[in-house]
Amino acid sequence: MKPKPFAITLDPGSSLANHTGSWRTVRPEYVDRLPPCNHACPAGENVQGWLFHAEAGDYEQAWRVLTRDNPLPAVMGRVCYHPCESSCNRGQLDQSVGINAIERYLGDEALRRGWKFQPPERQSGKRVLVIGAGPSGLSAAYHLAMRGHAVTIREAGPVAGGMMRFGIPKYRLPREVLDAEVQRIVDLGVTLELNSKVDDVLAARREGGFDAVFLAVGAHIAKRAYIPAGSAAKMLDAVSVLRGMETGEQPLLGRRVVVYGGGNTALDVARTAKRLGAEESIIVYRRTREKMPAHESELEEALQEGVLVKWLSTIKQAGESSITVEKMALDAKGNPQPTGQFETLEADSVVLALGQDVDLSLLDGVPGLEVADGVVKVDDSMMTGHPGIFAGGDMVKGERTVTVGIGHGKLAARNVDAWLRGEQWVHPPQHELATFDKLNTWYYTDAPKSKQPILDTIRRQSTFDEVVGGYDETTAQFEARRCLSCGNCFECDNCYGVCPDNAVIKLGPGKRYEFNLDYCKGCGICVSECPCGAIRTVAEEI
Amino acid sequence: MTHQPIRFYQTGTFTVGNRLLAQEQRSVQAQAGRTNSLNSGHRACQGCGEALGARYAIDAAMDATNRQLVAANATGCLEVFSTPYPETSWQIPWIHSLFGNAAAVATGIAAAMRVKGRENVRVVAQGGDGGTTDIGFGCLSGMFERNDDVLYICYDNEAYMNTGVQRSSATPPAARTNTTMPVGSSTGARFGQGKNLPRIAMAHEIPYVATATVAELRDLEAKVRRAMEFRGARYIHILVPCPLGWGHGSAETIRMARLAKETGIFPVFEAEHGEVTNVSKIRRPLPVEEYLRPQTRFAHLFKPPGHPEIIARLQQLADRNIRRYGLLDTEAAS
Amino acid sequence: MLKQVEGSAAVAEAVALCRPEVICAYPISPQTHIVEGLGKLVSAGRLAPCEFINVESEFAAMSVAIGASAAGARAYTATASQGLLFMAEAVFNAAGLGLPIVMTVANRALGAPINIWNDHTDALSQRDCGWIQLFAEDNQEALDLHIQAFRLAEELSLPVMVCMDGFILTHAYERVDLPTQEQVDAYLPPYEPRQVLDPADPVSIGAMVGPEAFMEVRYLAHAKQRQALELIPAWADEFKRVFGRESGGLAHTYRLEDAETVVVALGSVLGTIKDTVDELRDQGVRIGVLGITCFRPWPTAAVRAALANAKRVVVLEKSLAVGLGGIVSNNVSASYPGSPDDVHTVVAGLGGRAITRASLRRVFTEAIEGRLEHVTFLDLDHKLVERVLAREREQRRSGPIAEGILKDLGVVAAKIG
Ligand SMILES: Cc1ncc(C[n+]2csc(CCOP(=O)(O)OP(=O)(O)O)c2C)c(N)n1
Ligand code: SF4
Ligand SMILES: [Mg+2]
Repeated sequence: MKPKPFAITLDPGSSLANHTGSWRTVRPEYVDRLPPCNHACPAGENVQGWLFHAEAGDYEQAWRVLTRDNPLPAVMGRVCYHPCESSCNRGQLDQSVGINAIERYLGDEALRRGWKFQPPERQSGKRVLVIGAGPSGLSAAYHLAMRGHAVTIREAGPVAGGMMRFGIPKYRLPREVLDAEVQRIVDLGVTLELNSKVDDVLAARREGGFDAVFLAVGAHIAKRAYIPAGSAAKMLDAVSVLRGMETGEQPLLGRRVVVYGGGNTALDVARTAKRLGAEESIIVYRRTREKMPAHESELEEALQEGVLVKWLSTIKQAGESSITVEKMALDAKGNPQPTGQFETLEADSVVLALGQDVDLSLLDGVPGLEVADGVVKVDDSMMTGHPGIFAGGDMVKGERTVTVGIGHGKLAARNVDAWLRGEQWVHPPQHELATFDKLNTWYYTDAPKSKQPILDTIRRQSTFDEVVGGYDETTAQFEARRCLSCGNCFECDNCYGVCPDNAVIKLGPGKRYEFNLDYCKGCGICVSECPCGAIRTVAEEI
Repeated sequence: MTHQPIRFYQTGTFTVGNRLLAQEQRSVQAQAGRTNSLNSGHRACQGCGEALGARYAIDAAMDATNRQLVAANATGCLEVFSTPYPETSWQIPWIHSLFGNAAAVATGIAAAMRVKGRENVRVVAQGGDGGTTDIGFGCLSGMFERNDDVLYICYDNEAYMNTGVQRSSATPPAARTNTTMPVGSSTGARFGQGKNLPRIAMAHEIPYVATATVAELRDLEAKVRRAMEFRGARYIHILVPCPLGWGHGSAETIRMARLAKETGIFPVFEAEHGEVTNVSKIRRPLPVEEYLRPQTRFAHLFKPPGHPEIIARLQQLADRNIRRYGLLDTEAAS
Repeated sequence: MLKQVEGSAAVAEAVALCRPEVICAYPISPQTHIVEGLGKLVSAGRLAPCEFINVESEFAAMSVAIGASAAGARAYTATASQGLLFMAEAVFNAAGLGLPIVMTVANRALGAPINIWNDHTDALSQRDCGWIQLFAEDNQEALDLHIQAFRLAEELSLPVMVCMDGFILTHAYERVDLPTQEQVDAYLPPYEPRQVLDPADPVSIGAMVGPEAFMEVRYLAHAKQRQALELIPAWADEFKRVFGRESGGLAHTYRLEDAETVVVALGSVLGTIKDTVDELRDQGVRIGVLGITCFRPWPTAAVRAALANAKRVVVLEKSLAVGLGGIVSNNVSASYPGSPDDVHTVVAGLGGRAITRASLRRVFTEAIEGRLEHVTFLDLDHKLVERVLAREREQRRSGPIAEGILKDLGVVAAKIG
């Protein structure tokens, strides 16, 4: 063919020679923002991270990412009060993602399929003593073992689990689930010594040749309240009632049970009483429903099961088969004040559920170790004032939940590990929070939250069968896919597609994208149209 | 909606891609190997909706035709920013002749292909709203009427942008352009003027007419694909916001298109042989004010003391669209 | 094969023999018979594969041709007068894009006032559009020029306009020699485009070119046309070899030997001029004729050579550069080695006004006798125009305007009618 006409006819795609990137005054930048669920998780789970794999149906990978932070997903998926869901951005769109139920699905799936932890390749040669086999101790043991340390757990009781066993009834947490998840940690090579109460920490450390110690004995001494009571009045405490359920010394509560307190434990006892055949199970609480510390869903379930609540009431006196309660009224500050009006309730027993204290006796004489307000003082690294002795869980300051305990265990393990190497663990810098306003929620499909199946009420009132059921695979996946992937690229190709200048390079599955700054004009469409807020604009240095 | 909505992966089919969909369920734009028919290095303004719409549409057409595509382009921004000597951004065989003749040039190309026995090579004509609804209207109507085998794509940015934002017959009432300045008693472009080209196209009873926006890629691609299933004259009218002419932020281009659809100001539908066969329902109904406010071309409506009566008239136009096309779920398409 | 046919039919046959692939048709007198003829041939399937497209305007006709040509098809259309102007933008565009379209212009006057009769104003208004413009003297030449036009266009990648006088040629029945398909095929190879819209080799045609290269682009267009001046005679020669007759080329001379007076003209009027010249020659007047076949590119050298010995030149043209005088004469002057004062412009035949031998004889004689003004209008009704001019002068000075206009219309309009 003859040469093409000069200037009028041009060769294809030749505009690549024109680098329009020079027009730019601002530049897009990929970021990983901190999803609010991750941010809210006391165990520091990478929730969005494991949901990402669950979305794809790769449950094993999801479970593996999850258990990098938390070794007890089947337990957590049942008992955690899931602050992740309360802070989930999707809650502002329709309803939060059912993170907790998906976690449970993963935990159960792992048990069903027998997934094991991958033991570390090398052992450090260091020995760590963990005291207490509750959530915090188990978590610490797991994280330490995964870092190659030889871990021994000494547990005073006959079984492991701590409050997961003695504080949470089995209709919320079937024991085979707990046992299996504990066993998996033991299988990692952790030595678990039961019925092995430690009375003297320093001696135990010395005698066992341990390089460090993590204290996690929990808080299981029931708090008492002064209630004038007749000699025949049957007064029990929640801890022993729930513990009795586990050790076979089934408590005799009678037909009418009154539980005093407003926390989750109060509800647990009240619901247990119902299952044990109590005709009436009444909670006496001095404030209102709004002020009740117990978790809303637990209260709801208790009410469904027929538990009654006397709001704004305190127990003034307990007799043989009745108690006297005084009506309270909230003052301007919201505190309950006596009204002088009394009422009598029939009661065969009164269970006090007013909280627990820590048994600090094993710490006597540990130099440097400080106690304040009934709990052990620890620094940012979870170390007590005594070098090499760390503490966590209910025995240190903080919210007393299983999840917080697990978080403490992980944090302590990191610090123990660093300390053993003569280093200081530093928290990696936290990403900026992926707040709702950073998202472009247009892109997400409308999808209501999936419900978990609930046991029928009759069986809930008469058996200890698990109340809340789990998702099946379809539901778990659907629910996982409701995740907005806040602040983290989930490879939706939007940036790649919406760029008018084709200045986004798609790197391939799992590799995300890259900006081609030769052509990016800095219009910012990719930033606005990124559904999950994983791109930001930064000023161009000129 | 023409496309099959994918029941559910996070973003369904709203996003460009979706890592969990089967390859054939993904959009053309999601493909790493998409044609980029309009290559990087073009000189469109930052955030130009027309550049985006053109790549969306032409890549889809390339995909639908197995890359056997030729395009004729009217004068306008798209032409100017894509082919200033010595570089072209087009990676497909492409010709620019004049402002008003793209449809006819395309007819010629299609005729040539037929003569050569190369009917597998499909022809697209494209232009701005000015080149389509005004100066190129005669040629376009002729092409429609003869039912020539051409897909005409109008990139509607609602004014003559390339010459610096003047009114066209696609400029909406009340909009400020440089020839409809809201000065004195004027409140921008007049009501009661303008042309509804998709409906005019439908009146030609050509096989296929559709509207689309750059905010709904899947829908747009599906329409291009559908258009390519027909022989004969086809028309797709794509709303492409123009940051320069509309006065919105360059990052807001897609949002503006989305608002235009969601307020009902720009009905998105398709028609076959003169009859509406599908409408894209409004997903999150919004008052037109949401659409008008971010654009400086409507700023005079909001400057104190404001022009609520004009906004109300624009709302009426949107409401009429909603009624006429049944854009809300409860209403049937007429 | 000799055939007594209408000029339009002859052209249709010629175009058909060139195996056009896309034909665009929009009716305007006096072009209609050509496209009607072609339409019939296409319908009959004689031209297959060929697309005959009834477009909605001349602008579309040229645009469709542009598209077809750019896509590698041999494209043809025909128009005249208003139609040519209606497509003017596309006419320039086709040339700028270097697309070898062939178009017949059945020359006709341009309005207002609207007039369907022949002159050259239409074609000459497009003289700078970049097309090659050929003017046929008779129907045989019209036929032949179309065959040459396709060859020329495609070899040069330039569009070619074949001009033939409306009605005078298009509607005249003359005997023509129709070549055979074999002859045409031997002369005209299949179209091999210089650039083509093809998915296999995608190019962008029609870029925007700024000041940095526009001059060069225009210069190259000019250079290409100047090159054509060498190629056109060569292809005319080849035409003669294949078809056995002389046709086309840049210009024809007639009895130029020893001519002191040379009459220059385009198109069918050359016949009348030659007859007149024959008469004058018989009387011993040293007069000859230069017929311009190729108006664009302007054959400077050929004209210069033909006029080298002329003492005076009379350019008889069917066109008017309003406010100046002649269009053709302006071109001739530029190529006349003598003084421009000796180049006379005779504007003739506008809007179909008959050009008679008597009138021609009169102006030629006046020229030879040195009595011919520099610019004259053949057979102009001087009295009438003087009256109108006088009235207008008067009107501007006196009387109520409305009354003046009415008076003027009543009298003058009736007269000119
Ligand atoms: C015959 C003709 N008239 C006017 C112009 C000037 N002109 C060039 S581009 C343009 C505006 C194009 O507007 P539109 O078709 O809406 O496309 P946009 O630039 O807005 O994308 C105009 C008026 C021209 N090139 N040709
Ligand atoms: S003026 Fe508008 S249409 Fe033209 S290039 Fe700029 S943004 Fe695009
Ligand atoms: Mg426009």
